[in-house]
Amino acid sequence: MPDEPLIRLDWIVDNLGEIGRRLGEHIVMTVIAVIIGFVISFALALLVRRYHSLAAPVLAASGVLYTVPSLALFALVLPFTGLSLLSAEIALVSYTVLILVRNVLTGLDSVPPDVSEAAVGMGFTASQRLWRIELPIALPVIVAGLRIATVTTIGLVTVTSLIGQGGLGYLIVTIGINQFFSTAIYVGAILSVALAIGADVALLRIQKALTPWARSRAG
Amino acid sequence: MVAFDHVTKRYSGSGEPAVSELTFTIPAGEICVLVGPSGSGKTTTMKMVNRLIEPTSGRVTIDGTDVMSLPAVDLRRRIGYVIQQVGLFPHLTVAENVAVVPRLLRWKEQRIRDRVDELLDLVGLDPATYRRRYPAELSGGERQRVGVVRAMAADPAVMLMDEPFGAVDPIRRDRLQNEFLRLQAKVRKTIVFVTHDVDEAIKMADRIAILQKGGILAQYDTPDAILAQPASEFVERFVGADRGLKRLSLGRVQDVPLIEPVIVHAGEPRGTARRRLEERGEIDYALLVDERRRPLGWIDRRDLAGDGPVDPAAATPGAPTLGPESTLRDALSAMLSSSVQLGVVVDERDAVIGLVSVDRIGEVLRAPVTAAPVS
Repeated sequence: MPDEPLIRLDWIVDNLGEIGRRLGEHIVMTVIAVIIGFVISFALALLVRRYHSLAAPVLAASGVLYTVPSLALFALVLPFTGLSLLSAEIALVSYTVLILVRNVLTGLDSVPPDVSEAAVGMGFTASQRLWRIELPIALPVIVAGLRIATVTTIGLVTVTSLIGQGGLGYLIVTIGINQFFSTAIYVGAILSVALAIGADVALLRIQKALTPWARSRAG
Repeated sequence: MVAFDHVTKRYSGSGEPAVSELTFTIPAGEICVLVGPSGSGKTTTMKMVNRLIEPTSGRVTIDGTDVMSLPAVDLRRRIGYVIQQVGLFPHLTVAENVAVVPRLLRWKEQRIRDRVDELLDLVGLDPATYRRRYPAELSGGERQRVGVVRAMAADPAVMLMDEPFGAVDPIRRDRLQNEFLRLQAKVRKTIVFVTHDVDEAIKMADRIAILQKGGILAQYDTPDAILAQPASEFVERFVGADRGLKRLSLGRVQDVPLIEPVIVHAGEPRGTARRRLEERGEIDYALLVDERRRPLGWIDRRDLAGDGPVDPAAATPGAPTLGPESTLRDALSAMLSSSVQLGVVVDERDAVIGLVSVDRIGEVLRAPVTAAPVS
């Protein structure tokens, strides 16, 4: 189609409903993956702090798994759960866990030893120390991990179109690439990038609001 | 009252005990300084009071109650704890940091707020200014002060202080020490204070426990008694060859009868100033002060010759100023290194209250040894 323009506005206008639905799907898949991934990572991190011998294997496993190409990971879960949302989420959650476990652990390790010692010496119980002292201090590092995990997941969701899911990936792959239709590719890609940037900025804002004390660190 | 009764701490895997058969009693309201070289178990000893470390054998008691018989968390909330790195919680404001233990003890909010303001006032941090600051916005000295009042928040009878002034520079350390002694005179806590610095021990202590390697108590006595009569060669070496001079650290400027200065103000007629100086005879210098009686410098008798107003430009600046709680050692040192060998003693507002001279300090030293406070 040589006289076809790169972007056909009329197609966009005609398909606003479809585009909106895919965008919504993309957001939902991302949110599910990040929330479940965070819960699992948090539990794992607490476990590692309890049983220090777990630290090395957990970190090694997350390091190795992170290097597995995303496409291969999707292919790996297919035989078990088929072309389903579940397959997509299993793979997505795995990636977020790999990223978040490290950040939660690094965050908790960033609590200065004198601060922990003071907390123990002043009569905090172990759980009061975790919730009132260590987690709040770890928050900036944990949110940094959430930002990386969220941006990564938003990118990966498009890949799940290959197993019949995909959110904005459906526009890019199924309509765009398979049918040689550039407008859909542009719309999908631009929305995906905008979503990633928006999520990143929003999380950063939330972190700044939650940690007013970290701003004046220079003093 | 805190008592150690045959307390031994042995870490698994090491033959030498860290603390051996310690027995001594700290009377209520006194500062007991644990001092000794590294490896002498002073911090271990302190931490056995709030069970951060638990004794292998023997008993630590507070007012007769074995600390091991109380839940560790309850015990710790009743004991103030200050560490060298302060350990302020970076995500909490100054007020929230100070309120930590009262909150753990579930005090009412209004009571907590009043207590926080009272404590900040006590160490000269204006509550309106400092309440909402974060630790990162404080200077080192301010952080140290907040750390100290945080430990006092729930009004514990016993406080543990692990090298609390170790991380600040010598000038600020001296000021913090003086401030703390002034505070302690009001609150009268029973304090276990750890340091490796003999001079700090001599300055802060009502009693010093000198520990040697393996946590063996080498001597437990008042600073003056230890300096006058070291119990062993180890103690003698540890306190240093200059222990005679160190006794100077025990005397305070306030123990010396002060000399009334001849005060002059800028612009006042030289004639009247000169007459006042001549009437006194004893000293050759008049002290120039500002309108709030803060010292500006010395005016030589010769610069008061003739008529006309007193010229502030003729003043020799650099008069060393001392607080009433400055040690005689610091006073002497400041005077010896200044051009005019008189020390100017000022109050908290830097207003002049009197002068000390080398002669006056000498008189105090020649007098018979004053007995250190025994309760």
